[in-house]
Amino acid sequence: MSKLHHEMHPVSLLPMQAARRKEALRKMLRHWQLYLVILLPISYLIIFKYVPMAGIMIAFKDYNVVKGIWGSSWVGLKYFHQFFESPNFWLYMKNTLGISLYGLLVGFPAPIILALALNEVRNGLFKKSVQLVSYAPYFISTVIMVSIIVVNLTPNVGMVSKLFQMLGVENTNFMGIPSLFKSIYVWSDVWQHTGYGAIIYIAALAGVNPELYEAAKVDGASRIQKIINVDIPSLIPVSVILLILNLGNLMKLGFEKIYLMQNPLNLATSEVISTYVYKVGLLGSSFSFSAAIGVFNSVINLVLLVVVNFIARKLSNNSLW
Amino acid sequence: MARTVSIRESGGDRLFMVLVYAFLTFVLLVVLLPLLYIVSSSFSSPQAVVSGKVWLFPVQFTLDGYKAVFNNPQIGSGFLNSLFYTVVGTLINVVLTVMLAYPLARKTFHGRNIFMVLLVITMMFEGGLIPYYLVVKELNLLDTRWAMILPGALAVFQVIIARTFFQSTIPDELSEAADLDGCSDIRFIFSIVLPLSKPILAVMTLMYAVGHWNAYFDALIFLRSPDLFPLQIVLRNVLILNTIDASMVANANQMLAQQGLKDLLKYSLIVIASGPVLIIYPFVQKYFVKGVMIGSLKG
Repeated sequence: MSKLHHEMHPVSLLPMQAARRKEALRKMLRHWQLYLVILLPISYLIIFKYVPMAGIMIAFKDYNVVKGIWGSSWVGLKYFHQFFESPNFWLYMKNTLGISLYGLLVGFPAPIILALALNEVRNGLFKKSVQLVSYAPYFISTVIMVSIIVVNLTPNVGMVSKLFQMLGVENTNFMGIPSLFKSIYVWSDVWQHTGYGAIIYIAALAGVNPELYEAAKVDGASRIQKIINVDIPSLIPVSVILLILNLGNLMKLGFEKIYLMQNPLNLATSEVISTYVYKVGLLGSSFSFSAAIGVFNSVINLVLLVVVNFIARKLSNNSLW
Repeated sequence: MARTVSIRESGGDRLFMVLVYAFLTFVLLVVLLPLLYIVSSSFSSPQAVVSGKVWLFPVQFTLDGYKAVFNNPQIGSGFLNSLFYTVVGTLINVVLTVMLAYPLARKTFHGRNIFMVLLVITMMFEGGLIPYYLVVKELNLLDTRWAMILPGALAVFQVIIARTFFQSTIPDELSEAADLDGCSDIRFIFSIVLPLSKPILAVMTLMYAVGHWNAYFDALIFLRSPDLFPLQIVLRNVLILNTIDASMVANANQMLAQQGLKDLLKYSLIVIASGPVLIIYPFVQKYFVKGVMIGSLKG
């Protein structure tokens, strides 16, 4: 901070701290309106972000609505133990990580492949149509998205289920088969998000230095060689960053879509930590137990983010910080 | 670029391009067909849909499904509620985002690093569902319209994008010059910053508005009264939970007809609910693309 000061106001070079502080105060007073402007959004952050962070303490207390957060008694790690020892702990962990990793494995390369393919095609009506159509599902709401899945998979009626039937797959209620839940979730996500996810890679490809293509041409490289030696290396920085962010969110598996896709038949594979937190916490009113699960989840996420970022920095020099 | 030399393309390259076009055509069809099927079903008779006759074109054309949707009071009120939450919510979002992002973009704003840290911390840690719910409860916002607007009044990610934009488009010299001329900071925001920031304001408005229109989670946890429900909750009840009361269907006399209409209603409802966004989207597509680009500058 002080370094910045010196550069801008040579007058305050005097090594007296008091003078410096006075100068800072003068500047703050001069721009008092900016503090007024920032007051409202900062209050928002404090009320809706920081107060809930402090509210984490109920995970270590026996929260009682009558006594309130402060009046409730401390119980230490009681609710954490209760969660770890519950018979379904490993099942929910397995479901959460299973869906996340499967989603990452398929959903991460998909937009890269689409961007590489689009980059090969000349600008024109065909390319524009593919882009327009493939971005569109991103704007469909989760509720509508799940309805589209359900409707298309309705036995004998839905288009996708009829197609599978033509391919010789037995005609069944796909949404009710536990072993299919992960695939339906992940592939419908690919359907919805691949196009939009490709935008960032298309932008990165558009920024590739044309001289590299010229050089590849001179060397007689085929299109595939050009993709492997020019296009893919140019996508590495942005994909590493996105991979870090995705891995850091492994446990943050979205509540909205899974909750809507659940039905009594598929619960064995579709119950994940976020839906469980909602059910025991808000529907079952076990606030402390549910908050403890939430805390556990956030801690794992944070650790993952830090570890993955560290590894990425060591291996590739691309990292978030 | 390299692809201008297509005359000299080798056989291998030509085969590769055939595969690329085939792949992209496949993508196009895979995205388009399930949507087309729903649109066609919504215009077909319930019997044709249930017996699996509908593929890509309507069979026994009818508008009964749409009539049922428009006769339904819940859907109308959900639509109006969503409109309210979207307009008011987006307005508050954009105002607050600018109020936070602009000072953070100013080098002369003393203490901006502290505020920046305050902001970034919220991206890494969060209280989780239960404390979030309890805060809204303590503020007596449960089951009020404000519960749909205040808890999500600001998206940290949008602030970062807007800040990046301000930093790169509004030079420090400009605010310093205005400062010397005796222009106050607030006046500077209104007469210089906002007019120069129309592209980012457009992107932000679109992103926030789509978010509000499509959201259902906050309504699910905060709202109890049906007359406050946004469209997405009404849709969930009709489309996913299948709870259609008798008033939803025009002629409730015959059970069979009712059942058929109930199924048909789903298709027309999907079309009506996602229609507005998908029709407007091609016209504003470039703004969304721009939003992703500005966002990626940060990464």
